[in-house]
This record gives sequence, structure tokens and C-alpha cells, in this order.
Amino acid sequence: MERIPILKIGDHLLVSIQVDMHDRLALALQDDLTERIVKHHARGVLIDISALELVDSFIGRMLGNIAAMSRVLDAQTVVVGMRPAVAITLVELGISLPGVKTALNVEKGIELLRGAIQTQKPGDGSHQQL
Amino acid sequence: MSTVDGTRIAEIVSKHESSLLTDWLKLQLAGGYTKYDEKELRDRSRQFLSSFRKAAQSGEVDNIDGSDWGEVRDMLGELSRTRARQGSSPSETATFVLSLKQPIFNQLRDEYRDDADGLGRQTWLVTVLLDKLGLYTTELHQKAREEIISRQQQEMLELSTPVVALWDGILALPLIGTLDSARTQVVMESLLERIVETSASIAIIDITGVPTVDTLVAQHLLKTVAAARLMGTDCIISGIRPQIAQTIVHLGVELGQVITKATLADAFRIALQKSNLTVCKVTAGA
Repeated sequence: MERIPILKIGDHLLVSIQVDMHDRLALALQDDLTERIVKHHARGVLIDISALELVDSFIGRMLGNIAAMSRVLDAQTVVVGMRPAVAITLVELGISLPGVKTALNVEKGIELLRGAIQTQKPGDGSHQQL
Repeated sequence: MSTVDGTRIAEIVSKHESSLLTDWLKLQLAGGYTKYDEKELRDRSRQFLSSFRKAAQSGEVDNIDGSDWGEVRDMLGELSRTRARQGSSPSETATFVLSLKQPIFNQLRDEYRDDADGLGRQTWLVTVLLDKLGLYTTELHQKAREEIISRQQQEMLELSTPVVALWDGILALPLIGTLDSARTQVVMESLLERIVETSASIAIIDITGVPTVDTLVAQHLLKTVAAARLMGTDCIISGIRPQIAQTIVHLGVELGQVITKATLADAFRIALQKSNLTVCKVTAGA
């Protein structure tokens, strides 16, 4: 069965969706990603959907779910590179992914993640020292 | 029977074509339609008379939808469209056909001087025929008008949604006029496309030119903001007039976490701040 590759870059995981998403692939991605976050102690997850042309409500919800799961595992999720048509579709479907951070491209996404993690650090600084 | 009568009309028209034309032209010009070129009017009238004669010769005067009347219909269609574009009223356009009645009646009166029955029948035939053609002209005129209106609507739609780049990575979308769902769609699409093109990180939606904001308009605005956010661009809504602020609160519209500012200048300042930019005054002599 085909799988979506998850790449590790430093503290972050990069998921680049290059094929059409179908439901089973999405569910497999959920499993893989949560496992990898735990394994690599990732602090941030970048999901690049710039090649994704079609979305439905399931895929939309799945993006929200992945973000929520990552947050539970203490990793920030940024969805990057959403196409205009996809954005319009999701909004029309009533899925505006409230808890998900977004960026225009991977570069900006990494910037955003770094910023977010840095501002987080002072808060749990004691945690780090332990 | 109508076949015989139709041929009779054609005969009369062909016999008196030039005098009919002169009378008809005189009537049209007397009607005050001086905005048309006389020569053009003459050409059109001659052309119409000859195709009218040809069609009547075929005999079917009670059915102008038939193929025999195709040429006449095409001619009238062309005329209606041209006149609609020139801004004539429907009645002015229909008068072109209807004013032909009087000259033809005059000729009929001469032809049927001793035959009251024949005169009555022929007059009725011509009246019905010309009325039909007149109505057809009006209908086409209306249709041409509608086409013009819908084209202008489309043009307005495209005109009224410019997306302006204010700075590197800062876009402005000044909205003018009422927002309905069709326009929101266009606005949303053009904004999102520009975001991709310029990779802007902040977009300012200025609603100074939007006359009223009701729940529907607010919902449309929020949709646009949500779509931009999904692409990774923050939106600021600016140009909210005091009146509109009151309406928004009275209607209970939730703008959520969208940043709102009173003027475009304020919004631009925030946008610069968010992009870590600053504008400063050049001190003289420094």
C-alpha cells in the first residue's frame, strides 16, 4: 500500500502530499504521523498541500484532526501551500480549520514554526531545565 | 385564400415600391427620428420593402415564423440590435415597421376603390402582418437590451474588484458597492489568486465603499477572510464607518478574531508592524 512520506528536518516533520488523497491514505497518514511525532520528539509538523487539487469534507476534517492530535503530542502544526480553489471549497464546506496555523509556502511555514516554538520556550523553560 | 391575398399584397408592393418608399420615409422622418442618418434609413427601408415583397410573394402572410420570412426577420433583428445599442426606445424601433401601414393602406384604397369587401379584407391582412412584425421587433429590441444589461453587469463585476499591492507582501482590496454572493465569489477568487502571485502575508479588505453591512454581507466577508487565512494570509478589515459599526453590533454579527480598523491608514500601520517594518520621518540636515 502506498504511503505518504514523512521527512524529519531537525525538530520538525515535513509531510508533503503529492498524490490525490483518498480516505484510506488519510487514515494511514494519521497513524504514521502520530507515531513519528512520538518517536522523534518532534516540536513542529509541516503539512505541504500545494499539490492537492481536490478536497472533500473528510480530507478537510482530517487536516483538522491531525492538527489537534499533534497539539496533544505537543507539536505545532502548520498547513502550507493551500491552493485558492481548495481554500474556497473548504470555506464553502464550512471547514475553516480554526485551530490550524497556515502559511503560504514551506519556507514561511518553517519560519512560523520557529517563531511559535521560541515564544513557547520561555513559558516552559523550567520544564526544559529539568 | 390567404395565399391569394398574400400574393396580392406582394403585387401592390412591387407595383408601387418607389412611391411606397417615398411616403414611408417621409412618415418616418416626420416622426422626429432625425437621429438616424437619412441615407441609412433610406437604404434600410428599401431593403426591408424588397425582402418584405419577396416574403409576401411566397404567400404565407399569416405565419411570419416560416422560412419564407427568414430574410425579413434577420433584417429586423439586425435593426433592433443596432437601435438598442444606439439607445432607442422599443416604441421607436417598432414604429419603423408600423409606420409602413399608412402608405400601404393608401395604395390599397386606390387599388380597391370599388371593392369595399376586398379593401376591408386586405387592410385586415396587412394590419395583422405588420403588427406581428412590429411585435417581433419589440421583442428583439427587448432581448438586445437585456444582453447589453447583462454584459454591463459582468463588466462592472470585473471592474469593481481590484486587488492592489500596497507594499511587499501587503495587499489591499478596496470594495465598492454592495456585496452579494456572486461578487463575493469573484472578490474571493481574485484576492486568493493575487495572494499566490505576490505571496503576500497580509491582506487589507477596505469596506469604505460598501453602503450597508447586513448579516449576509458580513458572512461573505468572513468567508473571504477564512479562505485567505487557510492560505496563510492574515486579513484586516478596514474602513468601518460609525454607522456600520452600530449596525454590526445591533445585528449581533460576530466578526470573531478578525482585526478591524476604522481607516485604511490604521490597517496599513498594523500591517507594517506585523511585517516588522517601520516608516520614519527623514530629519532635515541629518
